[in-house]
Amino acid sequence: MKVDQPPRYRSPSLLRNRFERGIKSLTQGRLGRTVVIALPYGWLALFLLVPFLIVFKISLAEAMLASPPFSPLVNWTEDMALQLRLQLSNYAILWQDPIYLDAYWNSLKVAAVSTLVCLLVGYPMALGIARAPGNWRMVLLLLVILPFWTSFLIRVYAWIGLLQGNGLVNQVLLAFGLIDTPLALLHSNFAVYLGIVYSYLPFMVLPLYATLMRLDDTLLEAAADLGCRPWKAFLTVTLPLSMPGVIAGSLLVFIPAVGEFVIPDLLGGPDSLMIGKVLWSEFFSNRDWPVASAVAVAMLVFLVVPLALLQRIEERHTTGGR
Amino acid sequence: MSGRRPFLLFTLLAFGYAFLYLPIVTLIVYSFNESRLVTVWGGFSTRWYVELFRNEQMLSALWLSLRIAAMNASVAVVLGTLAALTLVRFRRFRGRTLFAGMVAAPLVMPEVILGLSGLLLFVTMEQLIGWPEGRGVTTITIAHITFSSAYVAVIAQSRLSQLDVSLEEAAMDLGARPWKVFLLITLPIISPALIAGWLLAFTLSMDDLVIASFVSGPGATTLPMVVYSSVRLGVSPQINALATLIVLVVSTGIVVAGWLLHRQERRRQENAARWLRAG
Repeated sequence: MKVDQPPRYRSPSLLRNRFERGIKSLTQGRLGRTVVIALPYGWLALFLLVPFLIVFKISLAEAMLASPPFSPLVNWTEDMALQLRLQLSNYAILWQDPIYLDAYWNSLKVAAVSTLVCLLVGYPMALGIARAPGNWRMVLLLLVILPFWTSFLIRVYAWIGLLQGNGLVNQVLLAFGLIDTPLALLHSNFAVYLGIVYSYLPFMVLPLYATLMRLDDTLLEAAADLGCRPWKAFLTVTLPLSMPGVIAGSLLVFIPAVGEFVIPDLLGGPDSLMIGKVLWSEFFSNRDWPVASAVAVAMLVFLVVPLALLQRIEERHTTGGR
Repeated sequence: MSGRRPFLLFTLLAFGYAFLYLPIVTLIVYSFNESRLVTVWGGFSTRWYVELFRNEQMLSALWLSLRIAAMNASVAVVLGTLAALTLVRFRRFRGRTLFAGMVAAPLVMPEVILGLSGLLLFVTMEQLIGWPEGRGVTTITIAHITFSSAYVAVIAQSRLSQLDVSLEEAAMDLGARPWKVFLLITLPIISPALIAGWLLAFTLSMDDLVIASFVSGPGATTLPMVVYSSVRLGVSPQINALATLIVLVVSTGIVVAGWLLHRQERRRQENAARWLRAG
């Protein structure tokens, strides 16, 4: 006897529904749909994607005393032949002059360390908020978000006053007799780390909180019932399950921190060279647009892997979250 | 959960908040300092506020920033909502991955790259089609819209994906056209997210130094640019006064918005409960 494998079950109403919706979108929604997609698509393509391509193009040009200060890539020679001139010299400069490699290396290091510190400070905060009584949670969360809404520049500025030679931090340390002479806290690598951790902490806490809130409490109860101590339950249950939040938060801190300009410029010293600052001075002080573009392209190359990772997490979150 | 309060956790939490708020509190305290030296307390005074309000350069920069921010937020809300609709509702279309990438990129892309690329675009466009003529308010606004619409999209997206689709389907089944469904059903439901998005876009624009510095031209100096050049010269009590005012405005805004949202949410729940009882 031959048994036909039944087709995967689909409820007839669901099928009908889908069919009807398909018909509707064909007859009514077509134009609307195109407009809805095309408007933001067009805007972002023109003002975000095309500019990146232009940056890449200009990184292959030559700096010139002209307006705009770079050579055209394509021009007509005297016998009307099309001439294409690509300069790889800007990339060669990046590779040969140690200042650029040092700056890249230092940026990656500073961003990585700051991300780790952010995680160490932010994780207990996120966990504490998630486990706080329900009516407190909203307030605590708002208090994390509030500094983010006030001016970034001014929050960095606040640390200048605190870290100065005669600033509050030194005064307190002196008063308690912990130090004899004021420490040179401002214009140091320490100040840059502090500034980045301080400014980006909300970006770490919020995704962590989101994953920790979705955590099933009964898992922890089960672990406790089976005699697991809270600390071990945290390590074996909570921490592994919150990994998506850890990764998302870390990327949200790490990627922008690599290219940070304001913090190293205001809090850092001469030795805390970061690539964002190099790009800025290449552009504003040296007015060498092609080299500044090459710096930007090289920075993007460094960030492609973390960016792609973040993109995948976001995509999984929006499609799998429902 | 065990009944024991996790003491260590709440201590760490308290330290975290102290870390977040200590710098802001000192800024506010020292804005009322009589002495010019930020570190020496010279008695209570409001002279820095008076000087701030007499600072013509600061005031005109503030006015410019407010105009740019309002324009930016209004356009960004429209674009961001459309982007969110596209990502949540249209699962399959050509170039979706590229689109999702473009929406996510401004959230994390280093500002120096966004600023430089924006500037190079405007320069190239001016060479090719003669628009925009020079750089200033228009170019800053366009650059701001580009990155803040991504933030709006994220907020709108999370609200849209929580939305109960059956409400829209019911309206469709009763013969409403998609455009009408959007206006009468979808838009009112996601409106709190859109208000939050507008406010966020507004603050992002008010706050931006790096991108504005790249795409601005002579004559268009925004508030962060003035603050930055004054901060570079060292600590200035006027900036403390400005910071205090910003914190005051922002926290008032957040408290009012939170209260309104809370009230709306409660009214909605009451309505829902009444419906259930009636049905």
